[in-house]
Amino acid sequence: MTDIIEFKNVSKSFGTLRVLEDFDFKVRKGEKVTLIGPSGSGKSTVLRILMTLEPFQDGSITIDGTSYHQPGGKGPFKANARHLFDIRKRVGMLFQHFNLFPHMTVLRNITEAPVSVLKLSRAEADERARELLSMVGLEDKASSFPAQLSGGQQQRVAIARALAMRPSVLLFDEPTSALDPELVGEVLNVIRKLAAEHDLTMLMVTHEMRFAREISDRVCMFDRGKIVEEGRPSELLVRPSHPRTVSFLGAVLGEGVGGLGDDGDQADPARAEKPPGPRGDTKLFAAG
Amino acid sequence: MINDINVDTSSTLSFFLDVLPLLLKGLQVTIAAALLGFAIALVAGLFFAILRQAPTRLISWPVAVFLEFVRDTPLLIQLFFLYYVLPVYGITLPAFMTGAVAIGLQYSGYTAEIYRAGIGAIGRGQWEASTALNLTSGRTYAVVIIPQAIPRVIPALGNCLVGILKETPILSTISVLEMLNLAIIVGDRTYHYTIPLTLAGVLMLLVTSVFAYLVRFIEFTVPKTGIRLR
Ligand SMILES: Nc1ncnc2c1ncn2[C@@H]1O[C@H](COP(=O)(O)OP(=O)(O)OP(=O)(O)O)[C@@H](O)[C@H]1O
Ligand SMILES: [Mg+2]
Repeated sequence: MTDIIEFKNVSKSFGTLRVLEDFDFKVRKGEKVTLIGPSGSGKSTVLRILMTLEPFQDGSITIDGTSYHQPGGKGPFKANARHLFDIRKRVGMLFQHFNLFPHMTVLRNITEAPVSVLKLSRAEADERARELLSMVGLEDKASSFPAQLSGGQQQRVAIARALAMRPSVLLFDEPTSALDPELVGEVLNVIRKLAAEHDLTMLMVTHEMRFAREISDRVCMFDRGKIVEEGRPSELLVRPSHPRTVSFLGAVLGEGVGGLGDDGDQADPARAEKPPGPRGDTKLFAAG
Repeated sequence: MINDINVDTSSTLSFFLDVLPLLLKGLQVTIAAALLGFAIALVAGLFFAILRQAPTRLISWPVAVFLEFVRDTPLLIQLFFLYYVLPVYGITLPAFMTGAVAIGLQYSGYTAEIYRAGIGAIGRGQWEASTALNLTSGRTYAVVIIPQAIPRVIPALGNCLVGILKETPILSTISVLEMLNLAIIVGDRTYHYTIPLTLAGVLMLLVTSVFAYLVRFIEFTVPKTGIRLR
């Protein structure tokens, strides 16, 4: 399969803080990749650079055939308004805090960009939006305002909003970490549905290890701006080889609780949706 | 109009009854000048606020200097400048218009600052979501940022309006016949200053109270999250 995302020698600093250095990274079309790693290791930065929310200093990035690099760097193209537009057309992003437009109805949140950017007619955009809303299970919320929805519902609207732009790459930056535990499951269910889409490339930062294991083709372990280890989730999450991965997973999953009671969890679907409590996750991996 | 002024000073009541309609006429001019000046300040301030944040310093810098200049020099100087200097270069506006423009420009320095603060109060996430959806920056301002900034700027803009209203007497210096000017003219003619000046003060108080109340009402009516878009 062809690569849809390629980072080549990308360097990124915030002032004097070097976050990425000579960073190389490829994602194949349709691949579902999860980025894990300690806080501050640069996971969000990679997504934000892809979404053109952050400039970078050196190297180049190719997304679905459109290459660009920052002014001053050496690469095939300079980023100009046209390139940024082309890249944003292919990439969508979900944020930890949803970032819905609070003054717009749910429907308008979803239709605004299709109408003003893709030049869809309002009727057409409304119809598509309603389909997407029913896909995320919120067909009855079209005329509500974001503040009237729970966090989980807001994130599902945000997913519908991103999908309305028909992106080929969807980025998720900790999409469930601002949610109350009981709302995590409904959002993961929607993302799970998306993961079944062949063509959609997904790049996700999450601490939901169980979920990452279930849906990803590849997991990348970040540490200080570098991918120190990557592989299939069934390998990397279960038998990590790099010491940083071992200690990170140990910290996230809770060390030494691997053998704690499996059965209750498995039987109860509501509990199966819970965020990575040290117990739930560890024993799942132990089982796999 | 000045020459028509003919008031009966034989009794306090008749004096009062003669002065009142005169001052009410002046009040119309006062309110019209204030509203026009305010409208200019609202529109010009928005342009300045946006240009102030322009990505190139070639634009943002001169705008910043201009805004600093209008805020930090007395309205009277700006007024005289427009009134006496512009005609030298062939630009002649009626005194009333000159006054409204001077007030509008001076206050655009404040409204630009109010807009800047209002826009600055909108979280970074709203900009990022707009970028991720590929909205142009013009569209982002129009449907995402400004509608949400409006409820945040209404109280401060309301104060501006009341401030402008109280500044309009300065137009009497360029011979605009607003309320205070008329009150002084009556006083000069009759040597009775108490009634016209007191009346002018009371009328001003009434108008500013009404405006302040209207601002409160609008503040109350506009949803806190922003102008609703459906
Ligand atoms: N706007 C910014 N200005 C300055 N430094 C920043 C900025 N954004 C991120 N950083 C720094 O860059 C580094 C990488 O941040 P990044 O957000 O990519 O980490 P992360 O892996 O997503 O961490 P987390 O799990 O906490 O979200 C951190 O040290 C962070 O402090
Ligand atoms: Mg992050």
